[in-house]
Amino acid sequence: MARTFSVRTQPGFTFIAMLCFFLLYLPIATLVVYAFNSGQSVAIWEGFSFRWFESAWNNRAVQEASIRSIFIATFAAIVATFVATMAALATTRTAPYPGLTFKYAFINQPLMVPEIVTAVALLIVFSRIKVWTGYSGIAYLLAAHTAFCIPFAYLPIRARLENMDLTLERAAADLYATPWNAFKRVTLPLLWPGIIAGFMLAFVISLDDVVITEFVKSGGQETLPTYMLGQLRRIVTPEINAIATVFLLISVAFVTMFFIINRKKP
Amino acid sequence: MAIGKAAIEAVGVTKIFQSSGQDSLKALDNVSVTIGENEFFTLLGPSGCGKTTLLRLIAGFDFPTDGQILLHGQDIAQLPPFQRPVNTVFQNYALFPHMTVGQNIGFGLEMQGKPKAQVEARVAEMLRLVQMEELKNRRTSQISGGQQQRVALARALAPEPKVLLLDEPLSALDYKLRKEMQIELKRLQNETGITFIFVTHDQEEALTMSDRIAVISKGKILQVGSPRDIYDRPAVRFVANFIGETNFLEGKVVSTAKGQAKIALDAGTTIAASLGEGAKPSGKVTVVVRPEHASVVASSGKATLLGKLENIVYFGTDTHYHVKLNGGGEFTVRHQNVHAGALAFEKGDKVGVLFGADAARVLRD
Repeated sequence: MARTFSVRTQPGFTFIAMLCFFLLYLPIATLVVYAFNSGQSVAIWEGFSFRWFESAWNNRAVQEASIRSIFIATFAAIVATFVATMAALATTRTAPYPGLTFKYAFINQPLMVPEIVTAVALLIVFSRIKVWTGYSGIAYLLAAHTAFCIPFAYLPIRARLENMDLTLERAAADLYATPWNAFKRVTLPLLWPGIIAGFMLAFVISLDDVVITEFVKSGGQETLPTYMLGQLRRIVTPEINAIATVFLLISVAFVTMFFIINRKKP
Repeated sequence: MAIGKAAIEAVGVTKIFQSSGQDSLKALDNVSVTIGENEFFTLLGPSGCGKTTLLRLIAGFDFPTDGQILLHGQDIAQLPPFQRPVNTVFQNYALFPHMTVGQNIGFGLEMQGKPKAQVEARVAEMLRLVQMEELKNRRTSQISGGQQQRVALARALAPEPKVLLLDEPLSALDYKLRKEMQIELKRLQNETGITFIFVTHDQEEALTMSDRIAVISKGKILQVGSPRDIYDRPAVRFVANFIGETNFLEGKVVSTAKGQAKIALDAGTTIAASLGEGAKPSGKVTVVVRPEHASVVASSGKATLLGKLENIVYFGTDTHYHVKLNGGGEFTVRHQNVHAGALAFEKGDKVGVLFGADAARVLRD
């Protein structure tokens, strides 16, 4: 009997696969290991210690950057999720019309335009606004993060709406539910997993952002990623490994939760 | 059956679906039908014939391009679904997956703003009606297909609608469960006294359950009548063909008198037939004879048509005789197997086919 083609039986498959895994995970593993180094070096192992975690925890600059990062990510994710939910409802609960595909593309623009382009564009626009208004607060970062978080929140919410059985909403209407009641009692409860998934994805994306933040931020507005980038230009200690390790844990936790919630069938 | 007071009247209803291109689809073409109060009315037709479209127009999920839909004399065609005292049992049941069985059944009453105690009482009553009291707090995903069907029925009946719409609700069930639910549906309709409008493509389901049937094809209602009317007295070729098996005989009208006609068949013989509803009394016509309304007889005796017995197929309860008619054409006769015994005829025998004027009907088309 003829066997179906399987890439796994091709020569070199195992080697290439292993190489990819090593390239992906070995540096991360090294980074995590050296976070526990008791010495000053990120390359020479001197013994096990939590000192760099302690040092990072007590570092005021790290504290401020962390709080700023979490504040921006929370704000951006909430607003982006709200906007994305509205956008997803508007683009799925409608008869197809010319221009709908264009609208998808429009909403998803941040996924397609290179981040550096958006960053430079925002820098130019915001610097003009700064000159006119004299305001140089955190609102620029909030606005920028909210904007690029929208497609990440939008995609899981829209996917959930598209997979939802439309007859459920019809059944609600048939049973005397006004459009608002049908939304509140049927659509929204079934949409929640998508909304939460969208929120978490947006949160992680905002938390992780370097490029746009680096361009848009004013003085004294370091987020955790930009702080880390700044540190790398100076003396590198395993403190940076410790911060990265904690960061990694938070991201992995969020993304895992995203997958678990998103997997639940509508 | 005499129609009592009208519950639903469709008056000249047309529905055209405009697709994105230039082509549009006429799903319903000037349909008029009156459905009586407390009637079990079935819309029967092949898929894509427009029966579900008509149901959706009555439910309010779609709006007619032209015409009126009257509920107790009031035009409801433009009302949104939540303002119509009409409930639907959906083909896939559409139970709310995030609610319990009890919450599903109480949803309509709750949305009508009924007090909590009243909702509770009615939910308990409905659960009793569909014999599911012990499953009130189950999730809808934790019950079987047949049970989901009952919940869907209870949910739609709970607000005491004026009309219950059923969109092929039995199609997802297996054969045995379907038979049970057919009886259950009839019982519920008798007990509640609500008008049921039932959509199906299954002729057997339509014949066994309905008070009256409307046969629909290509957006038009071809015939409305009791199951017996539709089966015994089909008016057009499509109805005769879609429901049960039929022999078609082509011929010309020779003369007519008192609702009967003499037809000169193309095969050569002249037969007597009754004129169906709206049948034209002259020119080329088609005559239909149900296989069980004719019998195979000896060719020497009195026979309506003559031919040669081509095949005998034994079906247990009855036997089918396929006769090749002299002068062309085939004719099937179905005899019930009354008692065991040797078959009177054998393959290849010259035989006659006998049927009366009341068994042969001239179609409208």
